[in-house]
Amino acid sequence: MKIEEIIKVIECKVITGEKYLDKDFTQVLAADLMSDVLAYTDPGAILLTGLRNVQSVITSHVAEVRAIVYVRGKVPDSEAIKLAEQKKIPLLSSRLSMFEACGRLFEKGLRSGSNLEAP
Amino acid sequence: MNDDVLFSKEFSVVGKDFSNAGTVSTEIKAILKEIGFDRLIVRRAAIACYEAEMNVVMYAKHAVVRLSATPTSVKIEFQDEGPGIADVDLALQEGWSTATPEMREMGFGAGMGLPNIKRNADDFDINSEVGKGTHLIFTIHADGENG
Repeated sequence: MKIEEIIKVIECKVITGEKYLDKDFTQVLAADLMSDVLAYTDPGAILLTGLRNVQSVITSHVAEVRAIVYVRGKVPDSEAIKLAEQKKIPLLSSRLSMFEACGRLFEKGLRSGSNLEAP
Repeated sequence: MNDDVLFSKEFSVVGKDFSNAGTVSTEIKAILKEIGFDRLIVRRAAIACYEAEMNVVMYAKHAVVRLSATPTSVKIEFQDEGPGIADVDLALQEGWSTATPEMREMGFGAGMGLPNIKRNADDFDINSEVGKGTHLIFTIHADGENG
């Protein structure tokens, strides 16, 4: 699913990365703990998180998460936005709760980006 | 195995410097990518390095980080001056942590760091002395199936 569609499905505002809205995703990771992102993520997923500081962007860059959605209406801090611009990682903000956002994306066919579900 | 060193560099990480946490790992990731290592090797090295860097920022006074890349391996060494780890076996268990609320607010301190470094490395060695510091060396081989 392209980011443009994700924006509609989970009611997002674009914080930065307008240029990269044609990135396509099949996998989602939901985590507030960056250690979990580093430990359990397959490369290429979109991250849903409530952690709005710069560590969310550094972790995504290191683990090759390609876009971030801040849930519960959160907006990343300025340091996070600046780094995301440098690393070309689009940042979105959804007014939805983590549960609702994940549920809607699952319903549309997106699946877990965590390697915990791997056979 | 080809042991010729393609690239080596030393970096410095300062404890409690939360605003720069992650900069060394980001730089090392860029270097390894530039050298031309497979992206999965780069990712594993970057993840292990970032976990180790966060450990230094959260717990130690400072650390010297040594990167050494050969055509078939990436070796990263963290030598820190800090409190050390009283029970290394315990620290290697997932979920064991002495993190403060401040560290948890950063999204870290869940007791996943050392186990995750070990998981991403092919060779892993740690020596720690309480009151002095910790010496961590890990290597990722780039000549295997993911190389």
